Amino acid sequence: MSVDLSLDYFTLFGLPRRFGIDEAALDRAWHALQAEVHPDRHTHLSSGERSRMMQEALRVNEAFATLKKPLTRAQYLLELLGIDAGIATNTAMAPEFLMEQMEWREAVEEARLASDIDALEQLALRLRMRAGEVTARLKEQLDGGNDPDAAADTVRRLMFLDKLRRETGDALSALDS
Amino acid sequence: MALLQIAEPGMSAAPHERRLAIGIDLGTTHSLAATVKNSVAVCLADEEGRVLVPSVVHYRGDGGIEVGHAAVAAQPVDPRNTIVSVKRFMGRGLADVAHVETMPYVFEETPGMLRLRTVQGGKTPVEISAEILRALRARAEANLGGALAGAVITVPAYFDDAQRQATKDAARLAGLHVLRLLNEPTAAAVAYGLDNAAEGLYAVYDLGGGTFDLSILKLTRGVFEVLATNGNAALGGDDFDHRLYCWILDRARIAPPSATDTRRLQMKARAIKEQLTVSDEAPCQLRLDSGENVDLTVSREAFFEMTRPLVQKTLAPVRRALRDAGLAPQDIKGVVMVGGATRMPHVQRAVAGFFGQEPLTNLDPDRVVALGAAMQANALVGNRKAGDNDWLLLDVIPLSLGLETMGGLSEKIIPRNSTLPVARAQEFTTFKDGQTAMAFHVVQGERELVADCRSLARFELRGIPPMTAGAARIRVTFQVDADGLLSVAAREARTGVEASILVRPSYGLTDDEIAGMLRAGIERAGDDLAARALREQQVEAERALEATARALDADGGLLDAEEHARIAAAMEALRILIASGETARIAAGIAALARASEDFAARRMDRSIRAALAGHKIEEL
Ligand SMILES: Nc1ncnc2c1ncn2[C@@H]1O[C@H](COP(=O)(O)OP(=O)(O)O)[C@@H](O)[C@H]1O
Ligand SMILES: [Mg+2]
Repeated sequence: MSVDLSLDYFTLFGLPRRFGIDEAALDRAWHALQAEVHPDRHTHLSSGERSRMMQEALRVNEAFATLKKPLTRAQYLLELLGIDAGIATNTAMAPEFLMEQMEWREAVEEARLASDIDALEQLALRLRMRAGEVTARLKEQLDGGNDPDAAADTVRRLMFLDKLRRETGDALSALDS
Repeated sequence: MALLQIAEPGMSAAPHERRLAIGIDLGTTHSLAATVKNSVAVCLADEEGRVLVPSVVHYRGDGGIEVGHAAVAAQPVDPRNTIVSVKRFMGRGLADVAHVETMPYVFEETPGMLRLRTVQGGKTPVEISAEILRALRARAEANLGGALAGAVITVPAYFDDAQRQATKDAARLAGLHVLRLLNEPTAAAVAYGLDNAAEGLYAVYDLGGGTFDLSILKLTRGVFEVLATNGNAALGGDDFDHRLYCWILDRARIAPPSATDTRRLQMKARAIKEQLTVSDEAPCQLRLDSGENVDLTVSREAFFEMTRPLVQKTLAPVRRALRDAGLAPQDIKGVVMVGGATRMPHVQRAVAGFFGQEPLTNLDPDRVVALGAAMQANALVGNRKAGDNDWLLLDVIPLSLGLETMGGLSEKIIPRNSTLPVARAQEFTTFKDGQTAMAFHVVQGERELVADCRSLARFELRGIPPMTAGAARIRVTFQVDADGLLSVAAREARTGVEASILVRPSYGLTDDEIAGMLRAGIERAGDDLAARALREQQVEAERALEATARALDADGGLLDAEEHARIAAAMEALRILIASGETARIAAGIAALARASEDFAARRMDRSIRAALAGHKIEEL
């Protein structure tokens, strides 16, 4: 079997095109596809065949990485709808959201400078919960409603949160060594 | 264990045609090879039944090379030419290696990967590792009775690109076909998982002689999926030895010891460390060459206390890996312990405390990696038969890959813990009108500043069609294969021009260097003729130097300052060449010295002839 590179990521894994996803099914489908295309399965092929399979393995992993994380999954769904949720096109983020962002940011920076691991752990936890709330809203907007622009706005919020979470994690890792 | 219902690829077409494949654990302290016989993975022993090969290489003055147990004996006798723990040097520059000052080696000042000066010339860590691999290959071929189809070689999961490439180059030098570079903790997970039909989340804690790895895997129906990996490529049992060695020096009030005494003390420290795994205390008695006496007792508590910071240091990567996987310690079903240093009770206790469960110590920490590698090698050459276990490894890249951008910042292109293989592209543009070339600097690591990351390579993109600034769209693609090795491609997207790339590895060897080493290796294979030729050339060079020095002493007055300087320079050049280990270059150096001193010799000859005419014997001159 070979993977049809033109398929969209949801079809590739045999999943319905929606934000709410059966993670176990995604995992299973990913494993089954990699079992076909992974380089370890093709050591006996010619180098031309191997490099073709490599392209497929790369795409399967790219597809999995995209669908696994809520943020990239949402971005991809919007992309399929022809909407670019990128920051560049962002016009008006709600002021109170930007305000909240600044407060988070200051709190993280302060904890980082003070090498306060406990405070950073606390912030990481709160950020995770916040991201959970935003993701739940995103699910309603993408799977229930028909207002992709509102969804795009929520995706942008998730992008902010995601970046903050990564920075908090990096700060923790840097302190913890 | 439930198996994947997947089919033919990788299965042997003709089951009777078993292809010979091995797994090699190329360790800092010990190396070993294993293979699958009758569907069971077994380690390969020497004639005396020994499986572990000490990772020690001795370059002898007579051109011979000893590996393993024979080389261990040479350690205190010939420390400068007996290389231990060479794995710590793989893909590393001199500035990267800790404690060089207590190492008995002579390092050469070279840019990029460090080099050791031995009696057989300058040696890169790649060449030294190749000797160990060659020994294992010979053992395997003798044991299996044929040429090998290939080998899986294990590397620490936390090895960066330069270290992986160096390992692969070493295998190539040793004449091995590398089926795959496999991460050590993953290999251990395969051996453990298949034997125990394990399912669920597992952590592999691998503390060897010089490296520490922690991988978190999810085992589901024959799939070994690495969720996150972390570690420290310069932390291992060696550091415990070093700590104890420093403690002994301090307690015994010893002056900075000679190379030989250092080696003996370090070997002693290691023996005591291992002894303390089973005893409450260990004596440390040693009479040094310096005449000093060491007479101490090391208690287990004292040793645990002084090395506690090292044990704690292993927990940071554990926490980081869990954080990346989004897991808590209690989510882990089992902790597999790998590596000889995990035998230390305080290490086991710390791990048990952290995970809130006793770690799994029921497997041989010295062998499990090689056994897993052998299983994978067997699968990769297509020896599996219908009905055999089938599995799939999904591993990750341990450290993010990025490019240097303005202001010395690293822009991450591929984040750490991405599942392999992975490819990502990024677009760049020109910033000057008519710009036709662009330079890139590839780095690996998590830090923001390029200076804090590992430099992998620099490359230049040429032949960009001239356009106005900002018009060109240069797409740089990073691709990491299943070995965890990076390749980079770049093209200008607008015109489709595939610009040529010139990659200069920061800590690696160029293809030309490898080719040169291979040639040298092939020459040597011919009955060590090349080694003998080299030795002869070195002796010849030393003779020439000595003769010239004597002539200068006697008749230096015949030369003006410039002539003198020219000869001195040729002598210095030859002295350096002797250590290069390259026969042809030494011969060229001898010739160059002869040329530089041609006039001098002629004048001396004149003089001796005149002297002879005056009634003296030539021999007197
Ligand atoms: N019984 C023991 N107690 C303490 N340390 C041990 C014991 N046995 C082996 N070691 C240490 O384990 C390290 C070697 O482990 P190994 O897994 O062979 O390393 P590597 O894979 O790096 O070659 C050495 O530092 C050695 O001293
Ligand atoms: Mg090991």
